[in-house]
Amino acid sequence: MTTSAIILVLATFLASAVEAVEALTVVLAMGVTRGWRSPLIGAAAATLALAVIIALFGPALMLIPINVLRVVVGTLLLIFGLQWLRKAILRASGFKAQRNEAALYEAEIEEARAAEKTIRAGMDWYAFTLSFKGVFLEGLEVAFIVLTFGTNQGNIPLAALGAGLALALVAIIGALVHRPLSNVPENTMKFAVGLMLSTFGIFWSIEGLGIEWPGEDLAILGILGFLALVSFGFVALLRRMHQQQVRMTHPATVTGE
Amino acid sequence: MHYLKSFLLFWYDFVVGDDWMIAVGVVAALIIVALLVQQGIQAWWLMPLAVIAMLAASLWRVARTAH
Repeated sequence: MTTSAIILVLATFLASAVEAVEALTVVLAMGVTRGWRSPLIGAAAATLALAVIIALFGPALMLIPINVLRVVVGTLLLIFGLQWLRKAILRASGFKAQRNEAALYEAEIEEARAAEKTIRAGMDWYAFTLSFKGVFLEGLEVAFIVLTFGTNQGNIPLAALGAGLALALVAIIGALVHRPLSNVPENTMKFAVGLMLSTFGIFWSIEGLGIEWPGEDLAILGILGFLALVSFGFVALLRRMHQQQVRMTHPATVTGE
Repeated sequence: MHYLKSFLLFWYDFVVGDDWMIAVGVVAALIIVALLVQQGIQAWWLMPLAVIAMLAASLWRVARTAH
């Protein structure tokens, strides 16, 4: 297995795992408050819809000449990946609140209890719709990553395998523990995915323009290391800035008065 | 028209996200690399540096305005 293939599986696995954890919170909240049938059908329908999107767009993207594909998809991947990385850095440094699965779960449960329960054609459509929407919207990012990574590597099944394994793992753990997976280090995983997406985005976008990377595929590791190092530097710097801002706005809290 | 607008907004938010300047910066850097490649310069080093500069600028904008 080449370096890029390993990172391909790792990136789709991590991205899928983190999105599956978020989707699981919604499905669990619906199942616990309104019964399991409708939310599970909603989640299955959304997973099927995502699989159809990958199956339809995958072969179509494969028809595009490889260099055009690398520039277009690499650019999209880079813009998309920088979004993940930027948010992860802001969360790690305290400028953006960390996602709290337990609190989100409680909020979902409260809303689901308050919502009217109308059964039509044997389905609770509120539970179905929220479950479908949760899984579909979270999964769309995974589908995007699977398609972009898979087509550029010429191996959509391998990219889908990474995503599928993570989905299965989260579903099994979710079914066993029956509560949101709030112990999963979501931000760390998002940080890693953001780094990997940005790395491949940089690598492919300019390779498609005719750039020959020194060391060929090994350059991926170099870019990844460089981006990681600078990003950790940004976190340290921003954390210090954030603490200074907190000290200036709430001096009593910080000094313990 | 409303659905089309919502559809486009969804995709804009999905790909571009909170900071459109990153997207513009990425495209501008790619154009510069393409021009350098046409001149026979293998400017592989430019993109990682440009990305770091864009990320730093974007983070700085958030940090500066946050309270």
